[in-house]
Amino acid sequence: MKNRRLASLSAYPYVVWMAIFVVIPLVLVVFYAFTNDAGQFTTANFNEMGSYTMVFVRSLVLSAAATAVCLILGYPVAYVLAKESAGVQRIALMLLMLPMWINFLLRTYAWMSILENTGLLNTLFSDIGLIALVNKIGSALSSSYVPIDHFQMINTQGAVILGMVYNYLPFMIMPIHSVIVKIDRATIEAAQDLGADDVTVFRKVIFPLSLPGVLSGITMVFVPSVSTFILSKLLGGGTTMLLGDLIELQFMGGAYNPHLGSAISLIMMIIVMVCMALMNRFGDGEDQAVML
Amino acid sequence: MTNKKNGFWGRFLMFLMLFFLYAPIFVLIVFSFNSSKSRSVWTGFTTDWYVKLLHNSAILNALYTTLLVSVLAAIIATIAGTFASIGLYNMRRRWREPLLQVNNIPVINADIITGVSLCILFVFLGRRLGFELGFGTLLIAHVTFNIPYVILSVMPKLRQLDNNLFEAAQDLGCTWMQAFVKVIIPEIMPGIVNGLLMAFTLSVDDFVISYFTAGSVETLSMRIYAMTKKRISPEINAISTILFVTILLLLIIINVREARQEKAAKKRREEFKQ
Amino acid sequence: MKKILCLAAALMAVLLVFTACGSSEQEVVNVYNWGENIDETIFKDFEKQTGIKVNYKVYETNEQLYAVLKQGGVSYDVIVPSDYMISRMIAEDMLEKIDYSNVPNLSKIDPNYLYREFDPEQEYSVPYTWGIVGIVYNTTMVEDPEESWGLLFDDKYSGQILQFDNSRDAMATALFYLGYDVNTTDKAELDEAYQLLVQQKPILQGYVMDQMFDKMEGGEAAVGVYYAGDCLTMIDNNPDLAYFVPEEGSNFFVDAMCIPKGAANKKNAELFINFMCETDICLRNMDVTGYATPSAEAYAELDEETRENDILFPSEEVLSNCQTYINLPADTLELYNDYWTKLKS
Repeated sequence: MKNRRLASLSAYPYVVWMAIFVVIPLVLVVFYAFTNDAGQFTTANFNEMGSYTMVFVRSLVLSAAATAVCLILGYPVAYVLAKESAGVQRIALMLLMLPMWINFLLRTYAWMSILENTGLLNTLFSDIGLIALVNKIGSALSSSYVPIDHFQMINTQGAVILGMVYNYLPFMIMPIHSVIVKIDRATIEAAQDLGADDVTVFRKVIFPLSLPGVLSGITMVFVPSVSTFILSKLLGGGTTMLLGDLIELQFMGGAYNPHLGSAISLIMMIIVMVCMALMNRFGDGEDQAVML
Repeated sequence: MTNKKNGFWGRFLMFLMLFFLYAPIFVLIVFSFNSSKSRSVWTGFTTDWYVKLLHNSAILNALYTTLLVSVLAAIIATIAGTFASIGLYNMRRRWREPLLQVNNIPVINADIITGVSLCILFVFLGRRLGFELGFGTLLIAHVTFNIPYVILSVMPKLRQLDNNLFEAAQDLGCTWMQAFVKVIIPEIMPGIVNGLLMAFTLSVDDFVISYFTAGSVETLSMRIYAMTKKRISPEINAISTILFVTILLLLIIINVREARQEKAAKKRREEFKQ
Repeated sequence: MKKILCLAAALMAVLLVFTACGSSEQEVVNVYNWGENIDETIFKDFEKQTGIKVNYKVYETNEQLYAVLKQGGVSYDVIVPSDYMISRMIAEDMLEKIDYSNVPNLSKIDPNYLYREFDPEQEYSVPYTWGIVGIVYNTTMVEDPEESWGLLFDDKYSGQILQFDNSRDAMATALFYLGYDVNTTDKAELDEAYQLLVQQKPILQGYVMDQMFDKMEGGEAAVGVYYAGDCLTMIDNNPDLAYFVPEEGSNFFVDAMCIPKGAANKKNAELFINFMCETDICLRNMDVTGYATPSAEAYAELDEETRENDILFPSEEVLSNCQTYINLPADTLELYNDYWTKLKS
């Protein structure tokens, strides 16, 4: 037992580190959120946030949309993947993980080149005559139709959602896949023995058992989506402001106000803590690390 | 799983998904060889951009900084994280669970919150203690967000450890230190290595936290971000291609290792049964 | 195999750390400048001449520069703010006085650009570029426009208009259009300008700074407003583009090199500033950036054609119609901050 005590000592340096570099910074954020420049206690920062409700709503809506899309696209892929042989699964997982490890900025930048007004897709569309076709149909349907020369894809909220989905989809697929794969064959065979067909097996056995993975995936997509600030800058054209942009603006951008920034960060932290609490109910964090 | 294999549609779906994920990267790579600046119209083949990249001292500096920080942070985080895991594992449950929760905070918190909070801390301390944001603070920030992942990697391995191994080694005449080094470490080594690799990758890929804590120093992600703010040059495409190929090779190596490990583990189990 | 990998990794780590330690012996100067605002090949020449290595970073706007410096915790040696930002920084004691004995090339600067309102005693800055703000448009997408600020607010070009991504310049476009003094502190006038910007937002393609280059040169947008030197560069790269200075008046600015308070390498900074004022360096920078140099000696070496270029060197008539920004009082600045955050969100 003495050995265990001694061994547990080796954690104390890390505890001190955590206190200084994880806990205290967060305490400072709370402190800044509730003070103003002169150091007095005030809730003015939170009052000011009222005028930014549009930004909050937009962030939440876009992230929710992106999460939903990821779920709709990701679940089937996870399910199908889990049915493959082990070798194929390993290769497929590796292929899924690879884009994740390419720099996030580069992946977003790639979409910029594709979606721009004179970008790859628009050039392709005009080359194959799609735009001319749309113009023809438009002018046939309505007399006040203004012909277009490109589809507006970049600098829209859709582009931001696309960016979120593209960057975080593997985070949805992998937790779901790892949970489905662990479902005991015997359970499924038992259900089939009891007379269930494939659809019922899915509905009543596989889907409920995969819920922890689904929840994990939802959290791992929603949290980064709600706090991103590069996606809106690069793909949204700077006109769709999200929470991350708002915070960055207060610290490094053109409107310097660390107190307001801290207040917004605090609210975001609360949103994240709620997700964390939800996730904790269904499993420990180790699964996430292994998956990554 | 249902015993049916995937039909055509299942395979098609997977293929579509992979196509979706790789198409933009493929476009990036193709246009890194484009002979004009355009990122959407192909005009001819050239490797000029790669040559330009090699002469771009800003990017090379940023790459050097990123590699240095990532290697150092990964090594420090792995050593610290491993010791912390061992310590945490041996603690009483009462203390361990809350500490693990705090440990999870950097993992689950949004990047921007971690970055902003550390920035506030460094500025606050910096004013009083007279230091500045720079490589040091960048390194501290990276170590801080890496250690939790190392711990999350090593802890499961510790839990899988058979406690008796340690005492068995001591019974056979090992000192505490020998038992530790020769028995415990090799058993948790896969967790340690995974933690190291994960820490390294996270550091290389990080943007938001570096943005807020690097001060006058620049990492590769920050340089790319700065490049997207002005005239876009296909040098970005060139560097994407290089990074992609490097990571592809790394991942292949890791996966081959894992496959071998599994085979070896299987073999050991069979030998043990006999 | 594993052992070799580990050894290689350890070796690489050791090498990296050694080179890091080794390079910290060298003299450096940390320069923080606007994007696309310098000829980057001069760094090597500076290093050859003085042995000092240049670390170069860029910012997008004066406000961003201010936020980063105010935040604290970073140390730059040379910054290049615009006139109004310099007066703000002097007022808030954020700049070091320059030791001009290290900057003898100051004598080459045209005295017209010295002792101006933003640095009346000429103690804190050395002028680097000057220019005015103008509108750049694509002639294939915009037919013969009226030379007025109204083009920026014209919904005929909805989705094709680019606006400044910083509060001062954006508000100025509105204030000029409405005919108000660009340095007004009258809340009613500022409110009106803000409302105009709010109305403009739906027809904009985006708020940009240096991203404008790609967008105008690539034909993505039809109308943009930017600084003269950059407009000249864009026109050089895309002959379809044209430029005009609106008849309601525009902004005349001087960007100058300064040393922030507490800079770690003040002497190196002064050497760098001095180097930037050398005639051939001025000319090289002017060539790459398109901005006019305040150096009298460099101007003397220009050929007739360049001197006639009215984008680079606008006529007296145009200049007399221009206003310079001055630093605004704190409550007006707060109002600007407020408007800007609300506008962007």
